[in-house]
Amino acid sequence: MDKGLFLRNIEISSQKGRLLTVSHDIAPGAVLSVMGPSGVGKSTLLAFITGTLPADFSAQGSVMLDGQDITGLPAHKRRVGILFQDDLLFPHLSVGANLAFGLAPGGTKTERRDKIAQALIEVDLAGFEDRDPATLSGGQKARVALMRMLLSEPCALLLDEPFSRLDAALRAQVRDLVFARAKARSLPVLMVTHDADDAQAAGGPIITLQAQS
Amino acid sequence: MRRPVLPALPALTLLLMLGPVAAGLWGALLPAFGHLPAAGLTGPSLYPFHAVLDWPGLPRAALLSITTGVGATVISLCAVMLLLAGWSGTRAFRTLERLLSPLLSVPHAAAAFGLAFLIAPSGWIARLVSPAITGWDRPPDVLIVQDPLGLSMMAGLIVKEIPFLILISIAALGQAQSQSSIKIAQALGYGRITGWMKTVFPRVYAQIRLPVYVVLAYAMSVVDVAVILGPNTPPTLSVQIVKWMSDPDLDMRLLAAAGALLQLGLVIGVLVLWRVAEGIIAKLGQGWVARGARGKFDPILAQGALFFGGVSSAAVFLGLVVLTIWSFAGYWGFPDAFPDGFTLRNWMRHGPGALAALGETAVIAVTVSIVALALTIGCLEAEYRYGLRVTQRGIWLLYLPLLIPQTAFLPGLQTLMLGIGAENGRFPVMLAHLVFVLPYVFLSLSAPFRAWDVRTGTVAAALGASPDAVLWRVRLPMLLRPILTALAVGLAVSVGQYLPTLLIGGGRVTTLTTEAVALASGADRRAIGVYGLLQTGAALLPFALALAFPAMLWSNRKGLRDG
Repeated sequence: MDKGLFLRNIEISSQKGRLLTVSHDIAPGAVLSVMGPSGVGKSTLLAFITGTLPADFSAQGSVMLDGQDITGLPAHKRRVGILFQDDLLFPHLSVGANLAFGLAPGGTKTERRDKIAQALIEVDLAGFEDRDPATLSGGQKARVALMRMLLSEPCALLLDEPFSRLDAALRAQVRDLVFARAKARSLPVLMVTHDADDAQAAGGPIITLQAQS
Repeated sequence: MRRPVLPALPALTLLLMLGPVAAGLWGALLPAFGHLPAAGLTGPSLYPFHAVLDWPGLPRAALLSITTGVGATVISLCAVMLLLAGWSGTRAFRTLERLLSPLLSVPHAAAAFGLAFLIAPSGWIARLVSPAITGWDRPPDVLIVQDPLGLSMMAGLIVKEIPFLILISIAALGQAQSQSSIKIAQALGYGRITGWMKTVFPRVYAQIRLPVYVVLAYAMSVVDVAVILGPNTPPTLSVQIVKWMSDPDLDMRLLAAAGALLQLGLVIGVLVLWRVAEGIIAKLGQGWVARGARGKFDPILAQGALFFGGVSSAAVFLGLVVLTIWSFAGYWGFPDAFPDGFTLRNWMRHGPGALAALGETAVIAVTVSIVALALTIGCLEAEYRYGLRVTQRGIWLLYLPLLIPQTAFLPGLQTLMLGIGAENGRFPVMLAHLVFVLPYVFLSLSAPFRAWDVRTGTVAAALGASPDAVLWRVRLPMLLRPILTALAVGLAVSVGQYLPTLLIGGGRVTTLTTEAVALASGADRRAIGVYGLLQTGAALLPFALALAFPAMLWSNRKGLRDG
């Protein structure tokens, strides 16, 4: 089976014309960085991969994940995790409940509770289960968001400018953590960013999208 | 919500909202031309129109409709715009805003009764200043309430429309970047009001145009406020239509139908003229802007507007206070400022009847509001899932039931029901309420629902949550507060409905509002106090709960406390 996230001849158009074309394979554990000025359609590409492309756009091509064509699947069946620049923790749920929302179904109550506790220990947030996410610091929120996503056992990871809201010191720390966790789980990672440092730190190939005329 | 249901909800909602309006207009059209098989009449004939035109009160009634409607709208709009211009963003304004918000849900009838009890010759104001200042030891013989010019009726409308227009405008202000415009204008030497009127007003007005039309159409055709505060000889056209409708002589229904079409024409005509006036004022305004006047009278205008806004909210508050006093009053002779004693006797006497009416009011309001809320959420969710776009025409459709005068289509709807032998009763009344509750619930919820960050939905879906799970487990809990507010809006609108309950219920459905308005012709102030207060409570309490419940539930969730 072909492990990895393969983007095959993807072409996305808006009503104004062609927006972007991409064709690239991402191996497990590898990071592809997509760069380009804002408005070039980087986030639109991610929306296409997650299955949430707005109706104003049309797209061709296919997305293969671990050998399966997921292009036609509904968003919640794709097993593609995504992190945005905002943590987007559900404000009505505690930290633990946020993680439980992400945690793939199955297991007894105790097992699930243990997995959540383990996940929090993994990112130095032991005992944070009952906290209100709004009371966490920016770095803590980012770590919870990461673990929530990883607990859902995705087969690929998308990053939409994930570090741009964090200050410089925190940024490198969270970035290393995300890449390390993704590598440990052998996830193919697609990151869009306009920050050259992020792309460098990713250590993988970089493609730059140009504004189409 | 399973798949086959959701995509059909927008169409179903439109049908429930506009179907009765269309049917009612159709139901007025036939009898207006003399065709009413139920009464053994077949048309077409012009007799109904001749009869209405022969009614000696018609010119005055029609004129009253126009003067009170246009007058109330112009005055409340001017007051609101000057208030916003002079004070938005200041502490005084925030205080006023907080005072006005609860007033929005006070039913029109209760506010009108309160005002009547204040300003009548034997009202509270006269009692407070008599005999010390006036020397009166009996109520002076002047006609204040129900004056022939409709001035007190206009006042009753103004005190209720000011809170509505203010809250609508505040919502519009957010999108107009008013603060930066006003800062620049002030830096260029403009006074607050002049600067605001020249830079912000055009943008705000463009946003609130439809609600202003709603106020105009409503004020021109209102029935309950007109019955309580409006003139009697003749009454306004809308009140006369209702009188014709309740006449046992079925012939009179032909007149009512013709009158309904006349009322519709009147409202449409005035709306068209209003639109033309907008254009003229815009032209004049451009000249005013070009002349570059900086505004000499701004401070006076600002103080005047604040005073007017204060008096207007005080009128509603003191009106509710005097309603409360009357409901507990023992003997209260003129010119005593307060009753000799307070008693529960009024509540004991009217309690059982009022409780029954409260029950009926609650059953109707709760059912209708929940249905309206479910339809609204369904429509908004369908819009989100299927990427539907809401056009300007769609927004007009939403406002349509509020722009067509109630007296234009409800008589026809009742006649139609009579024709097909449908039973009057609670269920048809609920359907009629839904016509008015739906637009308000939708308008209340649509902005926060659409403002929800869709990336949250993307994240939830990426975590494996199905669209229904995203809706029920993430979106609705996050939007709990606006959802409960929309529900409270729906309840308040339903509680306040007079004409749909009266006409479609055929007099057999008794709510707090129909009971209270029915008391207007009598002089039992204690009964009016009891019913008016219960009516206000029924409309206000849901708002208090809509604020308190999420605050309690989310007391440990900072991220939702202000949202």
